Amino acid sequence: MTVLRPAGEFDTSYAEDMATIRRKWQWVLLFASIIALYMLPLYASQSMVALVNRICITIIAVQGLNLLTGYTGQISLGQAAFMTTGGYISALLVNELGWPFYFSMPAAALGAGVIGLIFGLPSLRVKGFYLVMSTLAAQFIIPWFTRNAFKDLLNGAQGLNVAVPVIFGLEINTPQRYLMLTLTALIITTIIAYNVSRSRLGRAFITVRDNDLAAEVLGVNLFRVKLQAFFLAAMFAGLAGALAAHQLRHINSETFNLTDSIILMGMLVIGGLGSNLGPFFGAIVVEMLIEIATILGPVFSDILPSTAYGAVQALRPLFFGTALMLFLIFEPRGLAYRWNLMKAAWRLRPFSH
Amino acid sequence: MTTETTFLKVDNISLRFGGTQALTSVSFDVYPGEILAIIGPNGAGKTSVLNCLNGFYRPYQGQIIFDRKDLTRLPPHRIAQMGVARTFQNIALYTGLSTLDNLMAARNIHMRANFLQCLIYWGPAHHEDIAHRVQVEEIIDFLEIEHIRKAIVGSLPYGLRKRVELGRALALEPRLLLLDEPMTGMNQEEKEDMARFILDIHEREHMTILLIEHDMGLVMDIADRAVVLDFGAKIADGSPQEIRADPAVINAYLGEAN
Repeated sequence: MTVLRPAGEFDTSYAEDMATIRRKWQWVLLFASIIALYMLPLYASQSMVALVNRICITIIAVQGLNLLTGYTGQISLGQAAFMTTGGYISALLVNELGWPFYFSMPAAALGAGVIGLIFGLPSLRVKGFYLVMSTLAAQFIIPWFTRNAFKDLLNGAQGLNVAVPVIFGLEINTPQRYLMLTLTALIITTIIAYNVSRSRLGRAFITVRDNDLAAEVLGVNLFRVKLQAFFLAAMFAGLAGALAAHQLRHINSETFNLTDSIILMGMLVIGGLGSNLGPFFGAIVVEMLIEIATILGPVFSDILPSTAYGAVQALRPLFFGTALMLFLIFEPRGLAYRWNLMKAAWRLRPFSH
Repeated sequence: MTTETTFLKVDNISLRFGGTQALTSVSFDVYPGEILAIIGPNGAGKTSVLNCLNGFYRPYQGQIIFDRKDLTRLPPHRIAQMGVARTFQNIALYTGLSTLDNLMAARNIHMRANFLQCLIYWGPAHHEDIAHRVQVEEIIDFLEIEHIRKAIVGSLPYGLRKRVELGRALALEPRLLLLDEPMTGMNQEEKEDMARFILDIHEREHMTILLIEHDMGLVMDIADRAVVLDFGAKIADGSPQEIRADPAVINAYLGEAN
């Protein structure tokens, strides 16, 4: 879609043409909203802040999946397994070696990235459904490994308790304090995801997605590009996993399971594949739906006491499934695409074309 | 001409798919700076030859020497990096990208920013993007596709897509350009435009071009030499005039005279 610009606004250099933010007020708006988010604990309730924390962590994981599935076209159902990997690595580094979290979390991201490389290896040979199967393997092998290997270190099925992150003697033990951490991580990953998507790396990713044969014939090393995508996706998941583990202060093989992998994929579809805004939209909408389901559950069981226990459990997957189905039918390109249409319509107002 | 001046030497290549013999001992030479046409009836193996040159198919016999280097066992992306670019019979653009990004994506082989620099973007990766943008814009100017610079190619009409694909091949700055039926499905005007572009490229850059085409009139007009394939074997090789008079070629195209 050609970007619509207000009349009279012209670029005079390629750097200007490539820029994302062109006007001063856009910078102001951006920084104002970031500051408003950092100040959230001042005006929002604790449960609200906890929800925002959860959304931030989820967005990071979906951003990684977006680089792999949305940009590179390699469908993966192993994202939650890489979150598990990141969580365990960070927990071990903090518990066993006494690393501070600001070293252990990047290390967890890198470690998960390396594990992601291993599970990305089959992508050279297999595509589509077959690749889904091989990434699904990660979802079974990694939790099995944490349950059954090195029991004295990983503590088997019980998992590990994770220490509270401490910075300059300050314990980050409330959602309000934790928000500073998740927001900072989210800003970093957003910048990275955006940079990837606009650099030669992102273009190489998209060539693999859109036409892998043409890409190969025109000089793209498919294997290398696919592995780079797997590495990045697992890195993002590792960071998200580490953040979640430190927040929950506990991790075991079931903290992130296959259902989470599927929900992350669903979020990406709802938000919009191959768009940097997609993960934001998808994660926010689905997390909100889950929140609504949690609120509505007790109401529902009051009305229909016979279903009391089941209703609360059933509402979440019900909401998620319905939303996903409706999106696949009515807006398969996701909310990000709809958002762009709305932006274009706003710029063209009062005309429709 | 001697082998010293041969730019591309296809030497006795044979290709088989299961029980089907696609190419049988095909040999021909391409000299620097010429336009060579490969012609032949449908299923003669023209595209298979191109696919072998790209490393996309592996001939089980024979050798392909490009600029004194053996291409036969190299993977496709290495061959592209050596300076062989192509267009496809059924357009194979990156449909989700704009015209500009399609061309920028092709510049990938000339870009040097590493993984980490791409993640940071500011600095080397950004400067490099701008430098390559200048070259890409020259190609866009040359092919007269400025107006669709930022249009998603998936939504472009056929003739323009063919042109974008040519632009993408040019963005690789190839030394050998392979064009697989660049003019099929076009109207007369579009064909003439495309022929003009091909001749311009040839004259401006002295680029060696290998072309597959069905339109015989056009081949006669723009090609320096032609190679004729039939049932996977070469049946003639020479200037367009010689080809037109060759009885084997007339047989393959029109059937036996008796």
